[in-house]
Amino acid sequence: MSGTFTKSMARNIFYGGTVFFFLLFLALSFDTNSALPARDNRANLTPAVEAGKKIWETRNCIGCHTLLGEGAYFAPELGNVYTRRGGDFIKAWIKSQPTGAPGRRQMPQFNLTDKELDDLVAFLKYASEINSAKWPPNVEG
Amino acid sequence: MQYKSQAVAKLYFIAAIALFAGQVLFGLIMGLQYVVGDFLFPAIPFNVARMVHTNLLIVWLLFGFMGGAYYLIPEESETELYSPKLAVALFWIFLVAGALTIVGYLAVPYATLAKITGNDLLETMGREFLEQPLPTKLGIVVVALAFLFNITMTVLKGKKTSISTVLLLGLWGLAVFFLFSFYNPANLVKDKFYWWWVVHLWVEGVWELILGSLLAFVLIKVTGVDREVIEKWLYVIVTLTLVTGIIGTGHHYYWIGTPEYWQWWGSVFSALEPIPFFAMTVFAFNMVNRRRREHPNNAATLWALGTGVMAFLGAGVWGFLHTLAPVNYYTHGTQITAAHGHMAFYGAYAMVVLTMISYAMPVMRGRAANSNRAQVIEMWSFWLMTIAMVFITLFLTAAGILQVWLQRFSSTPISFMQAQDQISLFYWLREGTGVVFLIGLILYIVSFFVGGDEKPAQA
Ligand code: HEM
Ligand code: HEM
Ligand SMILES: [Fe+2]
Repeated sequence: MSGTFTKSMARNIFYGGTVFFFLLFLALSFDTNSALPARDNRANLTPAVEAGKKIWETRNCIGCHTLLGEGAYFAPELGNVYTRRGGDFIKAWIKSQPTGAPGRRQMPQFNLTDKELDDLVAFLKYASEINSAKWPPNVEG
Repeated sequence: MQYKSQAVAKLYFIAAIALFAGQVLFGLIMGLQYVVGDFLFPAIPFNVARMVHTNLLIVWLLFGFMGGAYYLIPEESETELYSPKLAVALFWIFLVAGALTIVGYLAVPYATLAKITGNDLLETMGREFLEQPLPTKLGIVVVALAFLFNITMTVLKGKKTSISTVLLLGLWGLAVFFLFSFYNPANLVKDKFYWWWVVHLWVEGVWELILGSLLAFVLIKVTGVDREVIEKWLYVIVTLTLVTGIIGTGHHYYWIGTPEYWQWWGSVFSALEPIPFFAMTVFAFNMVNRRRREHPNNAATLWALGTGVMAFLGAGVWGFLHTLAPVNYYTHGTQITAAHGHMAFYGAYAMVVLTMISYAMPVMRGRAANSNRAQVIEMWSFWLMTIAMVFITLFLTAAGILQVWLQRFSSTPISFMQAQDQISLFYWLREGTGVVFLIGLILYIVSFFVGGDEKPAQA
């Protein structure tokens, strides 16, 4: 760096650049917020879905699975599991865990009630209907 | 040591190293569960081990950052710490809160933990990296604010340098963006959108300011290069960081229900994010080559150079690998992500904390540098851990490429679990390499207890 480019110039560019791009980011976020209703499936955000999200969170499902590609990579993607398997399969699956198959990755038994299972399925159905720009590439997730 | 109160950093560094060891042990448990699925089940299910692994990582890095700040700020400000007593008290509060949280994860089912810690009052738990119960999250905020008060007051009563300004900005940013962890709307898209304001704006935003300033501080100390030059570099690097990294957040907004224009914004800006990491590497090597003194602490210099290189590889190269939307469409949420996460966290943040410890710990123990023997062992641990991490990353990348091929790209895709079975060889290799990493870490700890001809303290 040549002698004409001083530390105080660098500092000013730092503050100016940061403020500018942070404001641009806020503007984009604001625009996103107004575009979301058409994409985020909020029309189907029922009390059952809300309750299901809470089951999802308090059992820490994200600690093994991904949801729309985010989370852990130990177990299958669940953002589209409703499409892949359907509600009845999901409930039967959760109830029958753990498989106990030797050496196989194990999922815990959460002892969910029938209502809790229904809520969870409602949440997964809602998640599967979010417009995720055609992700995942195929039904396997 | 120029100021007595810098010594509080020692507590923080010791805790950081201990928690680092815990983190790696749980990593090895999970690594084994990847291939021996029922290992330790149901005592420690995978999701519990994962919370412990990632939360210990975050907490030990926070200990490292705080320790680093307590050491750096008095020396930069040329004055004693505003309140060393507060710093010690906060240390114990944070350590006890952290330990209780980990015990909570391991001792009771997560749903029970949520119930007894008041998750019903404000639902914040059960999201990746933000699994902490409400009292812990509040504790983090309180400790962070009290810590910031302490170091800000120190800077205000002393000299204000560019290094301490950038460090303060980074630390304040860390606390401010953490507040988004309290926002968890039922709308999943919004939940995810703001979750990244914590995670991305931390690691690809404000934390890089902390990284840059800690590195700049150590480079001034070990090379003796003119402060004006180093601080100018620091400003250039953090400018590049925030100019690319803030909008770069868009690389997480491709497939979570957000508008598709983010595929452009995210791809273009995040593709530029490697530049500041590259600049950091050039900066570190440049300063060491132009050094005006031979500092006896060769290990610290090695860590500083290593941080530059590994941060560039892990964040810059491995980040770029999967950041363009058309690539990310296939790699999103696969072992490629895990590969990048490991090398980036290690190369940037673990290594900069280890750099700071390597430089500051001998000084706090009354010498300019450790004995040659101790340094040789420390350098062995550097190479073992760093090379192990390179191979962990390579094996996970191989696993990820095969996973994408089998499960997503093929015209006859197979299921997730079938694909996992096919690539188990790479998980075994990762686990073996993880053991090498652990050996490196043990050597690192051993190096603190090796005596010999210690280099006397200098002015
Ligand atoms: C050396 C032995 C280690 C092993 C065997 C190991 C193993 C693992 C495993 C199995 C996961 C979970 C992946 C999943 O979700 O399916 C994980 C996550 C993670 N580990 Fe490690 N780990 C080790 C060391 C480290 C180190 C040294 C760091 C950082 C300094 C680190 C940082 C992380 C991070 C950031 C995640 C979350 C990654 C993501 O969400 O993409 N790990 N680790
Ligand atoms: C030191 C800096 C960085 C750290 C510590 C870091 C760490 C991580 C971690 C832990 C994840 C996984 C998050 C999750 O669990 O969902 C991630 C994701 C990602 N990172 Fe980074 N990262 C850094 C820098 C970068 C840079 C500079 C780029 C781009 C050039 C980048 C590109 C990405 C992308 C595209 C993803 C999403 C992967 C996916 O779709 O699954 N990262 N990063
Ligand atoms: Fe990111």
